[in-house]
Amino acid sequence: MAKIPVQFTLNGAEKAEFIDSGTTLLHALRDKIGDTSPKGGCHQGTCGACSVIIDGELRLSCLTLAETCNGAAITTTSGLSQGGVLHPLQRAFLDAFATQCGFCTPGMIMAAKVLLDHTPDPSRDEVVEALSGNICRCTGYEPIIQAVLTAARSNSQNAA
Amino acid sequence: MAIKRGRGVAAINYPTGMNLGGDPTQALVHSTPTGNFMVTLSSVDLGQGMKQIMAQICAETIGVPTDRVVVDTADTDTGPHCMGTFASRGTHRAGNAVIQAAREARQVMLEVAAEELEVNASDLETDGQGNILVKGAPQRSISIFDVALSAHFKRGRSISGRGMFLIPRSYPEKETGAMKPSTCYAHACTVAEVEVDDETGEITVLTVKNVFEIGRALNPKMVEQQLVGGSWMGISHALYETTEPYYPDRDHGGTDFNQYLMPGPGDLAQTEIIVLERPSADGPYGAKGPGEMCANPQIPAIANAVFDAVGVRIDTLPITPERILRALKAQASN
Ligand code: FES
Ligand code: FES
Repeated sequence: MAKIPVQFTLNGAEKAEFIDSGTTLLHALRDKIGDTSPKGGCHQGTCGACSVIIDGELRLSCLTLAETCNGAAITTTSGLSQGGVLHPLQRAFLDAFATQCGFCTPGMIMAAKVLLDHTPDPSRDEVVEALSGNICRCTGYEPIIQAVLTAARSNSQNAA
Repeated sequence: MAIKRGRGVAAINYPTGMNLGGDPTQALVHSTPTGNFMVTLSSVDLGQGMKQIMAQICAETIGVPTDRVVVDTADTDTGPHCMGTFASRGTHRAGNAVIQAAREARQVMLEVAAEELEVNASDLETDGQGNILVKGAPQRSISIFDVALSAHFKRGRSISGRGMFLIPRSYPEKETGAMKPSTCYAHACTVAEVEVDDETGEITVLTVKNVFEIGRALNPKMVEQQLVGGSWMGISHALYETTEPYYPDRDHGGTDFNQYLMPGPGDLAQTEIIVLERPSADGPYGAKGPGEMCANPQIPAIANAVFDAVGVRIDTLPITPERILRALKAQASN
């Protein structure tokens, strides 16, 4: 079968790949491009571990065909730190001990980032709602919720 | 038809590790040429923090800062033997093995330092910052960096040690069946408050208040995170999780995350954790195994709270709305 060319930016860098039609974005990112920060937990849209940001929207990369991403701007958790300095969300997850095995963490951080991009000062309920598509086996969620609230506070302090 | 409130309490003791055919873990420790220490294990870190804890234990025993220790949990084919990371045994079994290996490595390190300083090894102590000093005369000292260089390039010594921790198998006495299944127990007590809707059978866990007695907390923040996660998991076991809801029949068993239920971030009970530290006699620096234990006491506490709320005893897990309604119906017809 003929390969399909696809081009997009990943964390600001141009990427071009030839892929088989039907390749998921998750597969293209992890196995073709080598960005393994999105995780494959279920490959059917039920766990959120594969979450990425496409043109500002939270998307499940396991349910997104790579060929539909031509020209898109894609952000993953591996693109968040700047010059070795962690993103406030990453910092907050560390400080709150909000990660154990870490498998859910990149997806949680993506979901939290989209929330904070749109709602810089969320209520606890808004955080819970934003994370409700992401499942975690280890933490019991509370440390994750606290981390997101802390990151929101530190963002607003920086802005002030 | 009403929402009924109930409160339940439960206390447990929980063994650290298992009584298999003997329960061993081994460890190796060696220094690099520049005086960092490698711990080699085949015990697996799956997020519970094995690497951090083993680094702390090795560093404490040898007398160096934790960041001078690298833990390699590489491979069960090539690493020293470990029975595995399960049954809350990792810290206890591997930790004891690491202490033994680190002690042996420390002894060689002190012997090399003694030769360099021309004193007896027994007259030396570590400062915990990477130096070895003569007791009572701390101006006479040598860095562990220099000791390692000397061992490797001058004196031809290997600063290394072997560690082995084994809980031997306990056989039951023929007459009485008495045996010693474990040498070390952690303990917990949980009070749970629930609301039960006696029309729909739905249960809401309002609060869980847990006290955990876990020996010494070698890394208090990591212990706390495991206990918080474990408490949530206990609620999950009590009310949600099963692969065979009509066991032994497989029908209606969840096959994906849509059907296999766990409480999500919107279903959290208000959770309180209190840690009691009573160092264990045979644990590494007094540690016990909190891992599995911490997900257990919520289950009987919630079952008791349900009884307190609506007067039915559910003795099959999970305590689903269906089971509540069937029990209420049976109760009404009695
Ligand atoms: S892998 Fe995409 S939602 Fe689970
Ligand atoms: S930290 Fe393990 S799944 Fe969330």
